[in-house]
Amino acid sequence: MDYALFVMQVLNGLQLGLLLFLVASGLTLVFGILDFVNLAHASLYMVGALVCASLTLVLGNFVWALLLAIPVTALVGWTVERLVARRLYGRDHLDQVLATFGLILVLTTLAHLIWGPQGISVPLPSWLKGQLAFSDTLIFPIYRLVIIGAGLLAALGLYVLVTHTRLGMLIRAGASNRQMVSALGVNIERLFAIVFSLGAVLAGLAGMLVAPITEASIGMGNGIIITAFVVIIVGGIGSMKGAFIAAMLIGLIDTLGRAFLDGVFKLFMSSDAAENSAPAVSAMLIYIIMALVLAFRPKGLFPPKVR
Amino acid sequence: MTQPVLEARSLVKSFGGIRATDNLSLTVLPGELHAVIGPNGAGKTTLITQLCGSLLPDAGEVLFKGVDITQRPAYERAQMGIARSFQITSLIMDMTVLENVALAAQAHMGSSFRFFRSVRHDEPVLSHARACLARVGLAAEADRVTRTLPHGGHRRMEIAIALAAKSELMLLDEPMAGLGTDESQDIIALLRALKGEQTIVLIEHDMDAVFALADRISVLVYGHIIACGTPDEIRQNAEVRAAYLGEESEGV
Amino acid sequence: MSATNYPKLTLLVMVLLAVLPPLFYFTGQPFYLDLATRLTILAIAAVSLNLILGYSGLVSFGHAAYIGLGAYAVGIPGYHAIYGGLESWGLASTSGWLHFPLAMLIGAIFALITGIVCLRTKGVYFIMITMAFAQMVYYAIVSIKTYGGDDGLTIDVRSEFPGVSLDDPLQLFGVSYVVLVAVMLLVRMMVNSRFGMVLRGAKGNNERMVMMGYNTYRYQLTAYVISGALAALSGALLGNFTTFISPEMMDWTRSGELMFMVILGGVATTVGPVLGAVAFILIEEVLSTFTIYWQLPFGLLLMGVVLYSQGGLANILGQWRARRALRDASQGGAAPEHKL
Repeated sequence: MDYALFVMQVLNGLQLGLLLFLVASGLTLVFGILDFVNLAHASLYMVGALVCASLTLVLGNFVWALLLAIPVTALVGWTVERLVARRLYGRDHLDQVLATFGLILVLTTLAHLIWGPQGISVPLPSWLKGQLAFSDTLIFPIYRLVIIGAGLLAALGLYVLVTHTRLGMLIRAGASNRQMVSALGVNIERLFAIVFSLGAVLAGLAGMLVAPITEASIGMGNGIIITAFVVIIVGGIGSMKGAFIAAMLIGLIDTLGRAFLDGVFKLFMSSDAAENSAPAVSAMLIYIIMALVLAFRPKGLFPPKVR
Repeated sequence: MTQPVLEARSLVKSFGGIRATDNLSLTVLPGELHAVIGPNGAGKTTLITQLCGSLLPDAGEVLFKGVDITQRPAYERAQMGIARSFQITSLIMDMTVLENVALAAQAHMGSSFRFFRSVRHDEPVLSHARACLARVGLAAEADRVTRTLPHGGHRRMEIAIALAAKSELMLLDEPMAGLGTDESQDIIALLRALKGEQTIVLIEHDMDAVFALADRISVLVYGHIIACGTPDEIRQNAEVRAAYLGEESEGV
Repeated sequence: MSATNYPKLTLLVMVLLAVLPPLFYFTGQPFYLDLATRLTILAIAAVSLNLILGYSGLVSFGHAAYIGLGAYAVGIPGYHAIYGGLESWGLASTSGWLHFPLAMLIGAIFALITGIVCLRTKGVYFIMITMAFAQMVYYAIVSIKTYGGDDGLTIDVRSEFPGVSLDDPLQLFGVSYVVLVAVMLLVRMMVNSRFGMVLRGAKGNNERMVMMGYNTYRYQLTAYVISGALAALSGALLGNFTTFISPEMMDWTRSGELMFMVILGGVATTVGPVLGAVAFILIEEVLSTFTIYWQLPFGLLLMGVVLYSQGGLANILGQWRARRALRDASQGGAAPEHKL
């Protein structure tokens, strides 16, 4: 087994895990506090990426574009909350799912109108383009390390926010008892708007970080939203800790599975059989894991306490 | 010694730090109407949910006709012959009164994995359901949508559903909750007519009803039965008077 | 005591559906026959979804997976009939007698396996898990390169039945229509049976049903399996209708569209899913002739429906009737007094 290859795939897995965490944390935050299921969360991921891409082309600098795109995404999130989400609080989750499904169509078409059908490639500045060589065979692109760093930073920031700030306290209180918080005179509407925008920023940030690798395009959210759902189901809907652990787990399992499953299969199957079945099984791996987790814990690994 | 229909042995149930059921033991004899009374928060509903199976105790046993049913799920206990009415009305609101009771009857009249014949032609089930509705005085309301009935009608439906199940043991959780004096009297008369046909465990606040109907009374305080006996015995039990009847014992 | 029904409306819709498309075909506008065929096939899937969504209250957001599985149950044997392979399994064939039962079997098995897991959960979890399982099938199929992966199976397969040529668009429409009617009758019958009443009771108040002695999980799982098999049947028809079989058929967005058809048309009614399919397809068609950005007004329309309506199209009729009855009653009509 190629040691260097393994380490690189682990790093890839961590990178995927952190990106998944960014997306999933926004979803779970919004669900946990606002009791709102937002299918269009992935659209915010896409919007963040596209806005950042455009700004990079205009400003000529990826880092400035990213920093500027964050408040823009927050604004988009805030708008969506005011116009759509607000009308759906307290309604049946099914209604929320259907309405945000319609919202996806609207946002995707708007993006199509503004940015066109083609993807936009996002050029990286030269200092982020290179590769880091840990050894002869262990080479890893710098940018992916940056994503891991940024992801960890964001996760840390979220942790500090939720546990050490007043906003975080309100978030945790709102998660367990909305009416109480409101009765204490806190402006619930403003709190919800802030939380929603925060969720949008997290998703958007993930999109911005991934865009230089995959291109910013209007279809980019489709794949990640379901995986984000799997993450929050496994982690427990509404739990940040669950989202983090599940995201890392799933990021690693998915990446390592795709890379090494055929090798594992070859240990006890014919080479042909392994090569035919491995891609399909590795594609299904995270869902099988999800099913297994649910068999023993129907509410995920770390479900938050019932309201 | 006749075998008790229902026996609870040393049941314990805690929620967080609170012991809702604290070493509770109870015996229900066949054919009797056994009332359980106690102040608010004594754990009466927690008891019923453990008896019928929607909640599993932390420790202790529940026996039905000598069979240990402690770990059996609620639907199995219902199939075995335990019927329950809910303190907070739990009916299928968008179905008619008859449909609700027919479903209760259907569960004990053959398999429900029948896909082809319409229930409209299910004469045995329908006539049994109508008979139960007649006993509770709801025959005329059979085709009304449940939601449109007033609260009194819902409480009667709860009893009709328990009747339709052809059960051996009825667990009635405050059947008169939310009713006025007249309606309560009707229910008391109904229960009196049912006495002897089957074993009834009655949880109630209404002391008139309890003392009028019960063969035996158990007094539940802080999750524990502090006394069990005939209405007279309970009336005279000093501990009970102190804990529960208290000021209400005027002229009792 | 039967399920909500609008017999006149149902008859009207089904007669129009039987008569108009062939009319269009014979007057030189075969496009509308094609549209009607697609609509009919989707209506079958919508009726199957209504069984679990409308009548049982199980919000499955992964129903498109069955359509895809059914389509591939036609495509894969067809592929092997042309290119060889899998003969020893008996799966290289263009015979409809293999395709259609195989589709339903695969649909039923997938529903059983995923249903066992899904039905332990409720609410949002259930919605998301059904979505996830459907996506799992999508990714699995896409990863099998032999069958075209992302691009799908580009062979034009037809299921062969003696005496019927599904190559002929009119006959394909006819077969689809007959299947639709059969499925509608089957679901209607089931819904009024003991089995159906248990499901509907569980939708209304699951705890009550359990207390009555019903293991509702088992009934729901059975319904889930039946629904999956029927949806796969529609998939087999779809596989015959389209010129190539694409994994896009089972994308989760397709599931959302199917749900909208059911809800738009009116849940828990016999004709609702058909109305919903008609409305959905027609709106799609009309809007897309105006602009390539038709998904924008479409999405707004969907959002509007959710935000402002209750019960869907079919139930609008019911609400109108109810209002009329109330008006009659308040004008000294025959509403009886009930004293309790």
